[in-house]
Amino acid sequence: MPSELTAHAALDLLVAGDLTSVDLTRSILARIDASEAQINAYISLDPERALSVAADVDRRRQSGEVLGPLAGIPLAIKDVLCVRGGRTTCGSAILSDYVAPYDATAVARVLQADAVLLGKTNMDEFAMGSSTENSHFGPTRNPVDPTRVPGGSSGGSAAAVAAGEATLALGSDTGGSVRQPASYCGVVGLKPTYGRVSRYGLIAYASSLDQVGPLTRDVEDAALLLGVVAGHDARDATSVDCPVPDYRAKLNDGVEGLKVGLAREFFAEGLDPEIRSAIEAAAEQMRLAGAELVDVSLPVAGHPEYCVACYYVIAMAEASANLSRYDGVKFGHRTADADGLQQMYHRSRSEGFGAEVKRRIMLGTYVLSAGYYDAYYRKAQQARTLIRQDFDRAFTQCDLLLSPVSPTTAFRLGEQVDDPLTMYLNDIYTVSVNLAGIPGISVPVTTAADGLPIGAQLLARPFEEEVLLRGARVLEQSS
Amino acid sequence: MNYETVIGMEVHVELHTQSKMFCRCPAHHFQIGANEHVCPVCTAQPGALPVINGRAIELTVMTGMALGCQIRPHSVFARKNYVYPDLPKGYQVSQYELPLCEHGQVVIHTSDGSRKQIAIERVHLEEDTGKLVHQGNASLVDYNRAGVPLMEIVTDASIRSADEAFAYVQKIRQLVRYLGASTGDMEKGAMRCEANISVRPEGSQAFGTKVEVKNLNSFRAVRNAIDYEVQRQIEVIEEGGTVRQVTMGWDEGAATTKEQRSKEFADDYRYFPEPDLLDVDVTDEWIDGARSQLPELPDERAARFVESFRLSADDAAMMTEDRAVADWFEQVIAAGAEPATAANWISGELFRRLKDTEAAIEDVALTPAQLAELIGLITAGTISGSAAKEVFAVMWDEGGGPTQIVEARGLQQVSDTGELESQVDAVIAAQADAADKVRNGDDKPLQFLMGMVMRATRGKANPQVVQQLLRDKLQG
Ligand SMILES: [Zn+2]
Repeated sequence: MPSELTAHAALDLLVAGDLTSVDLTRSILARIDASEAQINAYISLDPERALSVAADVDRRRQSGEVLGPLAGIPLAIKDVLCVRGGRTTCGSAILSDYVAPYDATAVARVLQADAVLLGKTNMDEFAMGSSTENSHFGPTRNPVDPTRVPGGSSGGSAAAVAAGEATLALGSDTGGSVRQPASYCGVVGLKPTYGRVSRYGLIAYASSLDQVGPLTRDVEDAALLLGVVAGHDARDATSVDCPVPDYRAKLNDGVEGLKVGLAREFFAEGLDPEIRSAIEAAAEQMRLAGAELVDVSLPVAGHPEYCVACYYVIAMAEASANLSRYDGVKFGHRTADADGLQQMYHRSRSEGFGAEVKRRIMLGTYVLSAGYYDAYYRKAQQARTLIRQDFDRAFTQCDLLLSPVSPTTAFRLGEQVDDPLTMYLNDIYTVSVNLAGIPGISVPVTTAADGLPIGAQLLARPFEEEVLLRGARVLEQSS
Repeated sequence: MNYETVIGMEVHVELHTQSKMFCRCPAHHFQIGANEHVCPVCTAQPGALPVINGRAIELTVMTGMALGCQIRPHSVFARKNYVYPDLPKGYQVSQYELPLCEHGQVVIHTSDGSRKQIAIERVHLEEDTGKLVHQGNASLVDYNRAGVPLMEIVTDASIRSADEAFAYVQKIRQLVRYLGASTGDMEKGAMRCEANISVRPEGSQAFGTKVEVKNLNSFRAVRNAIDYEVQRQIEVIEEGGTVRQVTMGWDEGAATTKEQRSKEFADDYRYFPEPDLLDVDVTDEWIDGARSQLPELPDERAARFVESFRLSADDAAMMTEDRAVADWFEQVIAAGAEPATAANWISGELFRRLKDTEAAIEDVALTPAQLAELIGLITAGTISGSAAKEVFAVMWDEGGGPTQIVEARGLQQVSDTGELESQVDAVIAAQADAADKVRNGDDKPLQFLMGMVMRATRGKANPQVVQQLLRDKLQG
């Protein structure tokens, strides 16, 4: 089935003339038709546009034109990225009718690479959540087990790739929102170094943490898609002008001679025993492939109580300001009935935002308030510096760090909805990575006894995605 | 009881850049159709990001230098959170803990001729807001101005009167115009002032409760609002009341300050560093580059004019008030004109014409060389002062060089006694009464008789020659 193909395998067939983009796209659309009622991976779909772009790519390929690196590959985009002229909702009622007037840079780059845009995927509202249950457009279900969540917030993108409803997908990762759903759905999810991919057109949750990242069927596809979206962008002051290598060139160079660090703090109590043994097995595979395993310590970054607190203070503080623009004045939902400006603000926002978003705006406002700023926000910034230093120190002893992605496998729908604190603990292995700005990847390594996927997380030094992908490729091959 | 006034000024200056502070939209917004200069960034579309306009940083740093400030090698933009429809993002990108420039001072010249140094606490950079337009029951919002670079200059509380505040604002306007940082045009909102005003019994060290007065959007408003507010506070105290800490707005029409909001609950703007922007780190090299762009500043230039051109302090101040005028003046000198005479012509005839036509000196067709030539004709005795005014008028209205105009119109000064004698005789005959008085030793009507001769010769007569002739004929 073409819908099951990886992008690089499909590209080989397309180039060889053994497959057309139209057939590939039709196969994906058929899968969408069959599964969407159950999975709900998409918020919006544009099959006609997809087929017409696919046909155009096929025609151009026939005429011998030089095509982009994703030519004819069906791709899904998390609804947090703006696509010009299309609805961009961010999973929220407040933006349910918002039509973006411009393309996000990452979107412009995949379009420039001749990808076939399928539609926009479901997500936790404003990327705030770990289960894709906080969506105005209903929850997404895990294709592996539809009673389970796909993880979040990029749950729609992860589920689409896992279910054959897209060949490639883009997500965004603020505290694990690409890596955790990838691990829950059994696909590859990469969070690039902060600054590696432009955030222009990525609707902000927490500006200092957000990164766009690929969700794919295998590591090579992650390398392919990262290569397309990575690179400096003059429209994003935080994007870094650092050369983008061909990530596929050294993909199969292996890990011989590399040092792989295991932070003892990542294997403390609370970790599901099945996940623990999966990560230990993954470490052994790395060793067998020629890597040297080293014990390292992350005295601050390895402690969830520091990292989760630090993460939520910073993320919510930034979010409280980022979400101020949704006021009913310029775009988005405006209440039908208001007497005066204050009431318009109050009602528009009360009606437009969901509970989790409101909770985070209020907490974020609180931690920035006079009299609390030093105790919360400033302290969190200090902790963030220590977390960065922890990783810097660890990476003097090793080239890669290996850890779990999440303390559990995919949980059941509704299981944690009323328990935000437990929900926040899903992120204990991922948030420190965003706080430090380093790259991380989630690779499926095995399945639990109940058949649910287990992912392993690899981390690398800033802008060493190439090394990260090489390590991930070894894990993938030995799984 | 006598009271002392204590004032701190905050002046917002719109920078004269091509594009806005954080996007590429044109920065000018005067008489532009609503929402024509907008983009995803300056209307806060979801996902849009700011990118710093380097020229705005440069102009702010240059202003800081002109105000004797220390330039911070490391400064930070911060989000100032508050909600209003003219503020697209729901926060204003500004500077808080680490501004670009700090700890400066500026010398002001008050109307009584004294000088005083005012301390500058900080100069920082932020973005302007849009504008609300009220239509009946509705309010519309125009974002053309949203995101225009806005520089804020803050003094300490060392200003002591409306007169000083006025002189301070004049000085700031002069400097930013010299630097090319802003048009400084208060009528068009390019400069907007706020004053923090309090009064205290003379001799007291403690500060009184301060009242913030906004909307000081003209020079007259600066003076009138402060005078009004000081008087109001004194009256409150004299009547046994206490001044409340409030924000007032100056109502130009009613000529009163009006309370806008109480400050019992301090504003909490929840400042935090703007994560969408990198910190601003400037190298010594960059700072030197900005410094090398600084023009000679007005006070230095005035001192040089006094020193090199022997101008009076007043003339030097007048010639340096505006950079373009000073440049023009120097070109007249370079073309050979005598400086004091040149200053006279510029501050007299030229300024009057500029004022009448609302023109800027950069726009006039008359060249400095032409004025120098005209002055040369006077000095050489070729034309009289009054003929020179006529020539100037022709040059202004119709163009052309002065020598050519003098020749075409036959305005050469007549110094030949033979040619003038008949005119003098005719005037003496026609004005017998006045002539008699002069004959009897009364010099007063002499000027009158001279004027009559000048009129008869259409200003061409050399006044010295005419006077001598009259004296010879009546007193000789
Ligand atoms: Zn703009």
